[in-house]
Order: sequence, then structure tokens, then C-alpha cells
Amino acid sequence: MTKLIVDGKEVDVPPEYTLLQACEAAGAEIPRFCYHERLSIAGNCRMCLIEVVGIPKPQASCAVGVKDLQPNKDGSPKVLSTKSPMVKAAREGVMEVLLINHPLDCPICDQGGECDLQDQAMAYGTDASRYQENKRAVEDKYIGPLVKTVMTRCIHCTRCIRFSSEVAGVAELGATGRGEDMEITTYLEHAMSSELQSNVVDLCPVGALTSKPYAFAARPWELNKTQSVDVMDAVGSAIRIDTRGREVMRILPRINDDVNEEWISDKTRHIVDGLRTQRLDQPYIRSGGKLRPATWAEAFAAIADKVKAAGNNVGAIAGDLAGVEEMFALKDLMTRLGSANIDARQDGAAFDPAWGRASYLFNSTIAGIERADALLIVGANPRREAAVLNARIRKRWRAGNFPVALIGEKVDLTYSYDYLGAGAETLAGLGKTKFAEALKAAKNPLIILGAGALARKDGATVASLAAKAAVEYGAIADGWNGFSVLHTAASRVGALDIGFVPGKGGKTATELAAGGANVLFLLGADEIEVAAGPFVVYIGTHGDRGAHRADVILPGAAYPEKSAIYVNTEGRVQMANRAAFPPGDAREDWAILRALSDVLGHKLPYDSLGALREAVFAAHPHMMRLDQIAPGDAANVSTLANLGGSFDKAPLRAAVTDFYLTNPIARASAVMAECSALANASAKTAAE
Amino acid sequence: MTVRRLAPPEQQPKDFSFSKENLDWAKKQLLKFPEGRQQSAVIPLMWRAQEQHGGWLPEAAIRYVADMIGMEHIRAMEVATFYTMFLLQPVGKKAHVQVCGTTPCRLRGADALFEVCHNRIAHEPFEVSADGNFSWEEVECLGACVNAPMALIWKDTYEDLTPETFEKLLDAFAAGKAPKPGPQIDRQFSAPEGGPTTLKSVKA
Repeated sequence: MTKLIVDGKEVDVPPEYTLLQACEAAGAEIPRFCYHERLSIAGNCRMCLIEVVGIPKPQASCAVGVKDLQPNKDGSPKVLSTKSPMVKAAREGVMEVLLINHPLDCPICDQGGECDLQDQAMAYGTDASRYQENKRAVEDKYIGPLVKTVMTRCIHCTRCIRFSSEVAGVAELGATGRGEDMEITTYLEHAMSSELQSNVVDLCPVGALTSKPYAFAARPWELNKTQSVDVMDAVGSAIRIDTRGREVMRILPRINDDVNEEWISDKTRHIVDGLRTQRLDQPYIRSGGKLRPATWAEAFAAIADKVKAAGNNVGAIAGDLAGVEEMFALKDLMTRLGSANIDARQDGAAFDPAWGRASYLFNSTIAGIERADALLIVGANPRREAAVLNARIRKRWRAGNFPVALIGEKVDLTYSYDYLGAGAETLAGLGKTKFAEALKAAKNPLIILGAGALARKDGATVASLAAKAAVEYGAIADGWNGFSVLHTAASRVGALDIGFVPGKGGKTATELAAGGANVLFLLGADEIEVAAGPFVVYIGTHGDRGAHRADVILPGAAYPEKSAIYVNTEGRVQMANRAAFPPGDAREDWAILRALSDVLGHKLPYDSLGALREAVFAAHPHMMRLDQIAPGDAANVSTLANLGGSFDKAPLRAAVTDFYLTNPIARASAVMAECSALANASAKTAAE
Repeated sequence: MTVRRLAPPEQQPKDFSFSKENLDWAKKQLLKFPEGRQQSAVIPLMWRAQEQHGGWLPEAAIRYVADMIGMEHIRAMEVATFYTMFLLQPVGKKAHVQVCGTTPCRLRGADALFEVCHNRIAHEPFEVSADGNFSWEEVECLGACVNAPMALIWKDTYEDLTPETFEKLLDAFAAGKAPKPGPQIDRQFSAPEGGPTTLKSVKA
């Protein structure tokens, strides 16, 4: 530790700190543009200049380390100043230089109101410009359908370049030319291909890179901000939903170091237009082969008729975006109807709560990836299934000494790996591969098992093989559980936690979809094809596959329109908050089920969301502990390992084929459709 | 400096690849760098590509070199646009004349050389002359200040120029001859004009 005196205040900081960090530790505020905690240091904006007593020139505090300071001769601590006249003059000078070429177009700039340059010019700049010459003008660049560019505003902080090459791992942005003629662009203005590209919009301290779908849509001060969690994948990224009136205007990331740091994927951010289109805003009943609008009472009556006739031959499938509360209510209703035919595993993945919670959790935790020292990925494509989690793996990989191997589809993961093989037989014969030594040598080996590897007939065997490998190679130890299942559905872990799987004699989702029940409830289940036969009640938000097959449609609430508990792939219980209201006659899903239960003669005993939550908490106490993980019992992994079984030779497939179109909201989004078309086209050219 | 752009697509060749001789040379260059640091060879390789391609660097060559050393295309593009020695637009077939415009050359009459360029080659720098044989540009100091004013054509410098000797030089290039590089007056390299002198010849 090194003693420093910052603005008269003594602080003790580690020598590897930069002066900027040391000043912040002392509570001083340092303005900056190019410096960002999660990116490498560039030191090119010069806004963070401070005075170090004994050094005649101001120092760029972001780029000077505490250990770089020459100690005072008498051994007294170095004195730093962030408030001296020299610092004030330096900041004013830097600000003046930055503003020489920056246009004064704040009134028509989307960044206005949340612009670092605007704020810092107010706080640290001078009142007027002495500059008489013409300003520099730069042509705008096309860099994809998500990021709009107004390059005249660029101040060359290079945060976007560093993000794309360091965090996203697809070095597409670069700076051509030099000096005054430096321009940020992609190669020949190709669209960026990273799933995390929109984060450059947040990183851009000025209005050079702004959100294209959100262009000129709203001003930051008009928006109501609601903290929530994302449901596009099973990571559960922390998000902020910005609404104006009833409408969701945009989605931004929140910082959560345990989950998403401060990044979110493009799907998380840009499905906003999908929340407006294809919405179900009133109940429908199918009559004569066609869906006709109906009232809630009519719809409930039609369901009641069919349920009465079906008796206990009813079933329910929960979709990928369902919250814990509504699944709990649906399970409750099914139990009251005497049916054990419930399932949340649309893809037929072989998870079983009976094996114990550790058998289906991402046990190492997402932050724990950084503690791992060897990684085996089985049947997953984390880049598509959990883009933010993949960035975390890449972060660990960049730190070095991190051997990675993959069994499954050979894909570009943005980091290098050993390709071991395509199928379960490679996993069974892991000991014969060279990578086994790396796993053995590792202290904290990590095995990521993809949901796609389980969504097949021999899924349980593949899971068992992976668990066996985890036990064999020491992934289960004191303080470390490296057996990690990567889910793709936000609802999945919650569903498994509350036992939304077939009870005794119950039918699975696959059997139900094939016609295994006379009346089938689909709670937002759109990723499964239901055969002709059953009377289908669809409770959901969008006119997607489920609604097309439905005999009765009950319009529900999408995730920004309801408060619900989601459990992410780590087993972290998180609560999504309501930011907007469901459209038209649509209602929150739990309320629909509660009202329907009354008509069916099996009234659910909770009249409010609070009462429902009480029931959930009573049955599953860990749901109470928000933002926490109730760790699984490591012994479960051994149980799973002993399961054994036979496997076939089919190659393992990743669960997500098209990153941009995985759920009904994304499929209703024009922005996502454009991204998907672009990604498919570039994949095709790459293959040629 | 002006914004440096790639030549328009209609002037760009579709493909580029090293000739056999250059490829052998490139492979040898790559061996100079430790494993995993082959990207350091980007400048010599692009320079060789520019030489092979008649003095200017097409987009296909930037891509070709980047692929050869496992560099992202945009990174190679950054290098190509950063260094002004990489010429991104087509240049004259017979000579691309780089006239020094820094202070010593200016003081010794570089302005007159630029006049010649304006009138004889093309009005604007980087513009190829009507016959396609010549182009010119102003460059910063090339380190031959003793022999100012001077110009660089391909790999050789031509020094102690006057508008007349400069015209003659261009005539020679136009005729496809190879003029003698170095001072264009009676002078050995940068030794004094009119022959060597020594301190002994100085009368006290």
C-alpha cells in the first residue's frame, strides 16, 4: 500500500492503482471520456489531468500508476491535487480543444440530456469559444442496423474500438487516418456482426454513436425508469426499462457485477418494437376454424365447457418467458383439476428436479467463471445462447492460462479453443484426449453443459457423462462446483425449482404436444408444435405459433408489463418489475389463471400478487431471497454422474440456431428480423 | 493532410496476390518475428504489395496481407490509412513524383518545382496526368536538405533541382529512360559545389 495525499486528504492505496483510482478512493471526482473501468487504458482524451506536486506538467491520471510516481526524497507521501488552478486551467484547455470540432447540435442530438461531453462542458469548460475557423465535418458511416452514426460529433476516445476488440471479441471497428482526419469506421462500412455491438452506444460519451431504432424517439428526461431483469436468455441481465406513458421506449443495461457487468446483448436491448407489434389485446375464441374476438366471460365459459368434459385429462406447458408466480399458479390449478400433466421443458431437455438442484444450475456462477482455470464446453454455443456470459468467458480467456475445449458444433466463440469432437462419444472418451491433462492440472476446472445437449433422447446420459467428467476431473471440490448448466430459457430454472415437470404418471411436453391431453394450456409456449386434437388454451402475449394453434386465446402480459420472479441459470432469484401496462384487455398472467380457476370451480386461494407470492415463498423458501443464489448440493452432481445410460452417435447441437429470433417478442420485432437476415446473409457469404 | 480514402471501386482490382518471388520474400520476412507476432510484418508486406502493384495499394492487397498475417481487415486498413507512404489511389505509370515541400526546399526554390508539377502533370496532387503516366504529391522532409530542392521518384532521390533540370528529368522518365539519381548539378553527393575543398585551401 502507498500513502498519497489527495486534495489534503490522506489515502492508502495499492501501488497497482492508477492515479485516477487513487483520487476516486479519496472521494475526488475526475472527469474523463476515454477511460472506462472495463476497457484497456488509452489515455488520449486528456480530460483526467491532475496535478502531482513535484512534476511540472499536469498528468493524465488514468494512465499514470501510483507505483510510477517517483517517491519524495524525504519519504513523505506524494501530494496530488484535483482542484488546483493548474488543474482547472488544464481541464478548461482540454475541453476547449475537444469542442473546437464538436458541433453545437445538442438540440437535435439524441445524446442530449445524457451526454458526458455536455455535462462536463458545463462543469469544467469555459463559457465561450475563441475558435473562429470552420469546424471539421466527417461523413457518417454505416456500421449496421443498430448503431446510428453522426461522426462529426466523434471526439476520438476510441472506447467503441476497444470494446469491440476486447469485450465483444470481434475487432470490427477501427480508426482510419490520423490526427484531425481520424475517423471511426468498420472495414468498408460493413455492418458489425457482434451480438454485443449496441453497447458501444452506451460507451460513446458523445452523440457520435446512438441507437438507430431509438433515433429521435424520446428525450431522457421524459422517460420513467424502471429497474428490471431481462428474460431474453437465462442469464437474467440487469436492465433498466425506460417508458413514456404506456409505451416502452428503450431498454438499457444496469450494472450488476455478478451477472452482466454492464453489458447487455442486442436482443435484450432492441426487442422493444416487438413489444408493440403482433400483440394479443383481447380474448379470442376459435369458431368455424377462425378466431373471433370474444369477451373474457365468453372465453372462460368456452374453456370451462371443455375442461368439464375432459375431467383430469388436461395438461399444461409453460413457455420460456413465464415467471415463477404464474407457473406456480398454473401448477396449482392443474393439481386441483387432478392432473399431473405439466411441463416447462418445451425442447424436451432431460432436466429432472428429482436429481437435485445442483444437477441443473450453473453452479460455478457467472462471476465464478473468472476463478476457473480450464473450461470444457459441451453442446453449447455460449455466444448465441448467452452472449453476455460469453463475454465473461472471453474476459477470463484474455487474462491468460485458460485452456478451453469444445465438444459440439464448431463455431466462432470469439476466443480460441481445442475442438475435441462433435458427439457424446467424445465426452465419454474424454480421458483419451489431450485436453484431459489440462483439466486434471486445473485447480478449478469448469464444465459448461448446454441445454441443447440435453434436448435429445439420450439427454440424460449426456448430462450424466458431463457430471461424471466433472466429478472425475475435480470440478467438485470444497468451495468450487464447476459443473455448470447453461440454460437458454429464462423460465427454466424457476420452473424446475417449483417442480413444473410431470408428476407421477404425468405426461411430458412432447407427449402433451403430440395430443396427450384433451385440453392443453399453453402458458406462452410458442416453441412447440401442438398436433391436431387437443383443445388448446393459449395464454400469452403475441400472435405467434401458440396463438395460431389456439382454440381460445387469453391475452397476457409481457415481461415489462408485470412484476414476476425469474430464476437465472445460476439459480439467482431476481424480480422483474412492472414498467408499463399490458395493451387493451390483456391482463397479468397470474390474474388470468386466478379468474379462470373460479370459473372452473377450483378457486385458487390468492386474491393478490402478494398473497400468491406468500404461497410461493411458503412452498419454496429460497424464492424469497432476491438477488441471491441458494447453492445446489454438490452431491447431486455425483448422483447425476452415476445415472449412466447409453447414448447415440448423433452430434451435439447448440440450443439456439438463430440468436435474434428465439422467442415470440423477438420474432415480432422488425429490428430483430433485420439483424437476423443480415447475420444469415453474412454467414452465407462466409460459407462460400 | 487530407482525409485519405481508398480508390473508388471501379479502379480497384478484384483480387491481389503476391508474385511467386514476393511470396517467398514475404514468407522469409514472417520468420523474422517470434511465433504469434507475425502481425508486426504488416508494414513491410504492404509496402512490397504496393511496389508489386505499380506503386499504389489496392483494397484487395490490404485484405490479402491482413489474411496472410492473421490480422483483422480493419487493423490493416488502419495502418494503410495512417502512413502516407501507402498510396491508396492509382498513381502515374511511369513516375509518381514526390516533391519535398518542407522549409529548406521551399527556401531553395521548391515552389518553382510545384509550378512545373501543376503545369506539366496535373493541377491537383494525386491526380494522374491525362496520359496516365505521371502523378505528383507534396511530401514532408526526405532528409536531403543539403541538396535542396529535391524530389523522390520511386526509390531514388533527384537533388539540386531547378525547374529546367526537373523538366529534363520528367522528359527522361516519359521516354522510359532511367536518369542518374542524386544531384542534378556538377556535384559529388553533398560535397561542395564545384569540387572538393579542404581547410588547407583557405587562405589565412
